[in-house]
Order: sequence, then structure tokens, then C-alpha cells
Amino acid sequence: MRNIWIIARKEFKQFFVSPVAYAIALAVFLIMGVLFYATILSAAYQQYAPGVQVILGPLATIFLFTTPAITMRALPDEQRTGTLELLLTAPVRDWELVIGKWLGSMGFILTILLVTWVYPIILNRLVDPGIDQGVLVSGYLGLFLMVAAFAAIGVAVGTLFSNQIAAFFTTLGILLVLWMIGYPSTASGALGPSLLSYLDISEHFYPTFYRGIIDLKDVVYFLSLIALALFLGSISVESRRWR
Amino acid sequence: MMIRANALTKDYGNRRAIENLTFNARKGEILGFLGPNGAGKTTTMRILTGFMPPSSGSVEIGGYDVIENSLEVRRIVGYLPETVPLYADMTVYEYLEYMGSLRKVSHLENRIKETLEQVELSERSNSYVGALSKGMRQRLGLAQALIHKPEVLILDEPTIGLDPGQVVNFRQLIREIGKDKTVLLSTHILPEAQQVCDRVLIINNGHIVAEDTPEQLQARLTGSQRVFIQIRGDAQEVLPLIEHIPGVIRVQLRNQDSLEFETLPGKEVRPAVAKTLIQAGFDLLQIQNINLSLEEIFLKLTREEPAGVIESQK
Ligand SMILES: Nc1ncnc2c1ncn2[C@@H]1O[C@H](COP(=O)(O)OP(=O)(O)O)[C@@H](O)[C@H]1O
Ligand SMILES: [Mg+2]
Repeated sequence: MRNIWIIARKEFKQFFVSPVAYAIALAVFLIMGVLFYATILSAAYQQYAPGVQVILGPLATIFLFTTPAITMRALPDEQRTGTLELLLTAPVRDWELVIGKWLGSMGFILTILLVTWVYPIILNRLVDPGIDQGVLVSGYLGLFLMVAAFAAIGVAVGTLFSNQIAAFFTTLGILLVLWMIGYPSTASGALGPSLLSYLDISEHFYPTFYRGIIDLKDVVYFLSLIALALFLGSISVESRRWR
Repeated sequence: MMIRANALTKDYGNRRAIENLTFNARKGEILGFLGPNGAGKTTTMRILTGFMPPSSGSVEIGGYDVIENSLEVRRIVGYLPETVPLYADMTVYEYLEYMGSLRKVSHLENRIKETLEQVELSERSNSYVGALSKGMRQRLGLAQALIHKPEVLILDEPTIGLDPGQVVNFRQLIREIGKDKTVLLSTHILPEAQQVCDRVLIINNGHIVAEDTPEQLQARLTGSQRVFIQIRGDAQEVLPLIEHIPGVIRVQLRNQDSLEFETLPGKEVRPAVAKTLIQAGFDLLQIQNINLSLEEIFLKLTREEPAGVIESQK
């Protein structure tokens, strides 16, 4: 267990000496800033009070695209530079490595997520009588769980590659599929919950967390997705020994 | 025995990298793994360190099975892989701190200091790893392998890419370390094995072709002598004469007037050769033994047939 912490801490620290990490963080804030500014302007013009959703919606989409870039380095780089050989011949269990990497990435993501908190604070000052705090809390909880699942998938996919770009696009591909997989059944008007829409990540965010509802079913969904991804990632690290 | 490898075989897909390797290493012994590129040295070491399992066979290190008790084995083994595994954006100190804490080294701060002194990197403690020279990186890699005072040290071509001065120092350092540890060192450079190792295992094409001390290897092979002779006249004419002398094998023309042959181990044939030539009316200008250098032994063992001259000593 201590190894998880050691690996996570090292992973977390490395983000702060990595130019790529700063570029990602900067991109998140810039895109959010521009969108936020545009929304506020148009709201002022059209005379309506924007809700927290104008922040949650863009953030969810931005993280869908940036999380693969945050996790793409975790394991592929260790493979490329040969340091994976060091870790796999040290007394470290495969799952400690995978969980440590995931926690380290989560630390960085959480840092970004906390800094984006400035947008709701600004919004709260701009609108009268202030924003809905309930939606803010449930929205951020949902975002956090969802991004944690993105990151777990990203780390797991990374075990398969020694090339960061390959890891990035594969992760993004999987996330996009999971993001839209329920869309066909919703669009075709099929009534009732289908398996595909249950698997759909966005189906566990927009109808509930995004609207201020915290549903245990969605929490369980995200936690299971995280556990499954990390489990498969550990298996994959173990199996690379046998390849 | 510190290391017991038994009938190791490893296939990559349907390509066999090593076959049926069996060897042991004692406590406090420096065992050399000598062989050309592609011989299977790295593959064997990766199996020993638990990085990957063999296709068949087994290894015990310090009494632990590498697969069954992988974590225990990894605790007592220090490993320097062929491509030195470093994190360029960490400092020397941070790197050793990371590896040391993963290996649960107690009094880590002192131990890092000690290890840095041992590999002569103390002044670079705060440098970024990416800014180190090749030689320093190699020494840092070694420091990482030593940080937890392992009982067994496995070094995969540790002097590759160093300049000659650094190589000498590095070999000295390994000899020093080898006094109280079991060291397994691979190399494709013969003098290195000769200088550093107590015992050498020559490996080629995934097979062990010889196993002995460097001195013994040389002695056993030079038991079979190579002889050079020069005559006045055409060497072609004397070739059949010499071929018929008992104990002479593999006669080859060298020049118009000279030829070379080998002797069966332990036979002194020079007097007989001289007598034969003179009786047949040739002028013998020169006859001399050519010692096979270890380089030649190595080439013989790795390029030609493995068996015959040397039998693997069990
Ligand atoms: N990961 C791998 N996949 C496929 N073949 C490999 C792999 N690693 C090594 N080999 C092959 O196995 C043989 C032994 O390689 P190696 O153990 O690296 O030799 P050495 O370290 O003595 O140079 C070589 O023929 C090499 O091409
Ligand atoms: Mg090699």
C-alpha cells in the first residue's frame, strides 16, 4: 500500500516539471475562460441568469478530450524509456503500480478541477440571487467521478503502449464510444433503459449530477467503471510479462 | 548456492532465444556471462530478475523461486538493465530516494549518501539526471541497483558506451562490490570477463558453450596448440607429409612457403615435424607455437562448432 503512495506522489510531482502538463492546464483554463466570457456576454444581452450548467457542460467536454492527454504519459513513457523494467523488477506489485499511476494523475486533475472553481465563484457574484449551490456541489462531484473514470481508462489503456500518441488516441476513442454509446437507443425513441444507455457515461452525468441530483446508482456506476479499468490495467501489466 | 538456474528455455513467439541453460553462482562470486550480441544474455537476466518468466525451466535465487516468490527475489536482487532506466527530469538524489523508498531502505538519507560516495557521484547529488554524462548515468544506474544492499547484483553489459578510462574505473568498482556479493555480469567483451570475473560462462545462440575460470579456459584450449612453420620452397608439397604425422590436425596453407596446423591436446609434435621435413630434404626456416588468445578461443567457441575442444564443466 505504501508503494501506491510513493508512486502516486512521484507521478503527481512530475506533472509540475512537465511542459505538456502546463500546456494542458493552460488549454483547459483558456477554453473555459473564452466560453465563460461568451456565455456571460450573451446572457447579459438576452437578459437571463445563466445557471451552473454553463460551467459544468463545457468542463465535462473539455475533460473528455484532455484526460487522455494527462494519462497518456503515465505508463507508455515508462515503457519507452525502459524504466518499466526497473519498476517491474523492484518489489512492487503490478496493481500497486497501476493504482499509483492513476492516483498521481487524479492529483493533477483534481488540482485543475479545483482551480476551475473560480468560474462558479465569479458567476455567483454576477447573477442575482446567486447560483444554485446544490447543483454546483452535485455537478462537481459528478465531474470528479466521471474524470476519475476517464483517468482510470486512460491509465489502463497506457499499459498497452510505449507510444504516448497511440495511447492518447486509443483512450480518446474508447471514451468517445462510451460517451455516445447510448445515443442511438435514445435517438430512436426506444423507451425504457437499455443496456447501451446504461453503459453510456453521459447518461450517468447529464440527467442527474448535472441537474443537482445525486443518485447512488450513478456513483456505483462510476466506481465500478474505475475498479474495472484499474483491474484490467493490472492484468495487462501482468500479462506483458508473459508476452 | 545463491543462484540456481535449471534448464531455462525462453521462446519469443516461435523464436527460441535461449535453450536449456543450467548454471549456478556461489555467494561472493562474480560470474561472467560472455557472448556476442543476440546470444541471449539479456533474456536470461530478465528471467533471473523476475521481469519475465521462462517458457520452461526454473530459477532459485537465495532459496526463493523467481516465479513463486517473485517479490522476495526482487527484494534481494539489484538489477542494472542494459538500457539504464533513469528519469531525466528528476535529480540524482530524488531518483535514488524514489527507488530507495520503493525498496523500503531504512535510514534512506544516509544510505543515499553512502551509495553516491561509492559510485563517486556525491557532487552531482542535485543535478538533473538528464544533464549527466553517459558514464555518470551508468554509475547512477549502478547506485540504484545497490541502494538496498542486495545480496545478488545483476548487471547487463554495464560498461557499454563508456570511454576507456571510465571502463577501467567501472570494472574496478564492480570487483570491489563483488567481494561480498554475488554478481552476475554480462558482456560481449572478452578482456572484460577476464579482468572482472571469477568464472565465465560463454553463451552463444542461446546455448552455454563453455563454463570455467578465465585462466582455465585459456589453459584447456591451449592444451591444443597451433603451430606455424616456414620452409624454403613450396609449402604445398609438404602438406601431405605433415598431415600424416600423428597428433597433427587441421593443416592449412598460410603462404607460398608457410603453413599452420593444430595439434591434438597435450601432444608435442614439433620434433616429429622437424625430423620429417628434414628427412624429406626440405629446409626448415621457422617452427613456432602460436598461442591462442582468449579472443580467438572466444571466436572459436562462438563461431565454430561448440563441442569437441571444450566440454562444459559441470
Ligand atoms: N522482446 C523480444 N521479442 C522478440 N525477440 C527477442 C526479444 N528480445 C530478444 N529477442 C531475441 O532473442 C535473442 C536473444 O536476445 P538477447 O537476450 O537480447 O541477447 P543479448 O542480450 O545476448 O544480446 C535475439 O535473437 C533477439 O533478437
Ligand atoms: Mg543484451
